[in-house]
Amino acid sequence: MFAFIVSRVLQAVPVVLVVGLIAYAMFAFVGDPVTIMLGTDYTEAQRVALVKQLGLDQPFFVQYAKFMWAALHGEFGISYRLARPVTDLLAERMPATLELALTASVFALLIGVPMGVYTGIYRTAFSSRVFMIFSLIGVSLPTFLIGILLILVFSVWLQVLPSFGRGDVVRFPHWSTGFLTTGGLKALILPAVTLGLFQMTLIMRLVRAEMLEVLRSDYIKFARARGLGTRAINFGHALRNTLVPVITIAGLQIGGIIAFSIVTETVFQWPGMGLLFVQSVQVADVPVMAAYLVMISVLFVLINLVVDLLYYAVDPRLRVVR
Amino acid sequence: MNVLDVENLTVEFPTRRGVLRALDHVSFSIAPGEVLGVVGESGAGKSLTGAAIIGLLEPPGRIGGGQVLLQGHRIDDLPYEKMRRIRGKQIGAIFQDPLTTLNPLYSVGRQLIETMQTHLPLSNADARLRAVRWLEDVGIPAAKQRIDAYPHEFSGGMRQRVVIALALCAEPRLVIADEPTTALDVSIQAQVIALLRRLTQERGLSVMLITHDMGVIAEAADRIAVMYAGRVVEIGGVAEVVRHPSHPYTVGLMGSIPVLDARVERLRQIEGAMPRLNAMPPGCPFNPRCPRTFDRCRDERPELMPARQTAAACWLYA
Ligand SMILES: Nc1ncnc2c1ncn2[C@@H]1O[C@H](COP(=O)(O)OP(=O)(O)OP(=O)(O)O)[C@@H](O)[C@H]1O
Ligand code: SF4
Ligand SMILES: [Mg+2]
Repeated sequence: MFAFIVSRVLQAVPVVLVVGLIAYAMFAFVGDPVTIMLGTDYTEAQRVALVKQLGLDQPFFVQYAKFMWAALHGEFGISYRLARPVTDLLAERMPATLELALTASVFALLIGVPMGVYTGIYRTAFSSRVFMIFSLIGVSLPTFLIGILLILVFSVWLQVLPSFGRGDVVRFPHWSTGFLTTGGLKALILPAVTLGLFQMTLIMRLVRAEMLEVLRSDYIKFARARGLGTRAINFGHALRNTLVPVITIAGLQIGGIIAFSIVTETVFQWPGMGLLFVQSVQVADVPVMAAYLVMISVLFVLINLVVDLLYYAVDPRLRVVR
Repeated sequence: MNVLDVENLTVEFPTRRGVLRALDHVSFSIAPGEVLGVVGESGAGKSLTGAAIIGLLEPPGRIGGGQVLLQGHRIDDLPYEKMRRIRGKQIGAIFQDPLTTLNPLYSVGRQLIETMQTHLPLSNADARLRAVRWLEDVGIPAAKQRIDAYPHEFSGGMRQRVVIALALCAEPRLVIADEPTTALDVSIQAQVIALLRRLTQERGLSVMLITHDMGVIAEAADRIAVMYAGRVVEIGGVAEVVRHPSHPYTVGLMGSIPVLDARVERLRQIEGAMPRLNAMPPGCPFNPRCPRTFDRCRDERPELMPARQTAAACWLYA
């Protein structure tokens, strides 16, 4: 088990290195932070000094190696735009993004899985058809449109939920949370629904398709022939057998939720890492963008690890000694 | 009193082009401790009969007429929840392919315990103890250790033994075994049949044994029902049906079995094919293939009637 985790982490190292390289290269060659930072009025001496200060006069690979070496120590350099350590900036913004992503994921799973089971079992019921039509809207409408529609209905017309920001936040030394105040919780609802809706409907449709497949299987027929209760069959035998593909997709989607939070955070002016990223793109703030992408890649690696461990827990056939 | 009485059982599939009748007035009985063998070509309706008896027809299939009596009480019209308590508890079922009938994610012990606790008031410790005993009884070596193993850790033959334990563990009076050895390696088929016979005889259980294997029937059954195109066309004692078949279809089936204890013989192919459900010929459904067809066969449908030493649905015995 331990060896399995270690080998998985080692396999992930090249992935993170390559993502870092691509991110760094992409950003280093698009846009010129120096001119953006200096504005329109500067001398050549000022420009050279700034280039040297940012280390941009060194060969590309030296820059990249320095960046990754520092990253290994939790240092992502200084933001060109805000002139503050990137690590601090990300640390400040991380709680907002993680709380939003967590709420969106819980929403997607807690509603998506039971709805998938329900529509799978009662596939001909009227309510199932209504759910399926709604789910089509969820998978086909783009995120920003859903966000704007929700703002229109709940903030502008009904005026029951805030349309931007985190609301009241309780601050701790290394964390700030919106979970502890009603204002914070209300502010979470619209962005979390916007962010999780696509994933919710996707998970629901996936669980439904898998349930239909599993309910036709011989072992479910045999479970019925043994007189097991409906609940034990549907939620024990059947649901559990749908889990392996559902875990795979859900894991990817939760990664997607964090990556997609860029759009949602922009729509709702949510002070998270996604918003920071968008603001950094506008001024070619390379250290922030590269650091953000490296973090996202590490996150995907972690999610994949958790997914593998969950397979392990769910399916005994995968528990062979490696 | 019979353990099972099936009376004029009719199963239908509504389709866009009318209702297909897959079982047509099927009748037979099984006495306590009796083994009824059911034979017939693929598609004759053997599995469908079993599914209708345990109330697990796949929609849109439905019972369109007749009744099923278990120890004298009607069970075909029970609500789902009542019928569920009869399944496993009073009627056990054994399926064909042990590779797919066990849930791959639950240990065999868990599946046994779950089944027993659904129907019998057992504590966890008692249920586990009984599960070990069942595994021992069906011949799983080192049952105490193997109880927590998963289905994929057993061979096909061992899995079918587990399936048999699962079908019997809630102490049913009747077992419906649908081709219990067809998917198994030839070398272990005889062992599994012998096991099934021993367990059911010890407990005095009645068995409906569906099979293609005439050797199995000759060895294990007391009576035989021969099915053709959704009907029982001949029924009688095993020796009578095998040695002195009356219905021309049965005669064709038995044609390749010279002696009663020729075990490995399979059903012989008869010229032609069974009619499709939407193209049933008028009169006797066997008439396009029957070597002895005469006028009446094409107009009127024969019901089971006494024929020499058995009962047969054939106008030759009218
Ligand atoms: N959903 C359905 N719609 C229409 N007809 C069906 C349906 N399911 C089964 N049938 C018909 O029911 C008939 C009986 O099938 P059944 O499975 O009982 O045959 P069987 O005797 O068990 O054959 P085998 O030896 O191949 O197992 C077949 O002719 C089949 O075409
Ligand atoms: S009734 Fe006629 S066609 Fe049918 S089996 Fe008898 S002889 Fe053949
Ligand atoms: Mg069958």
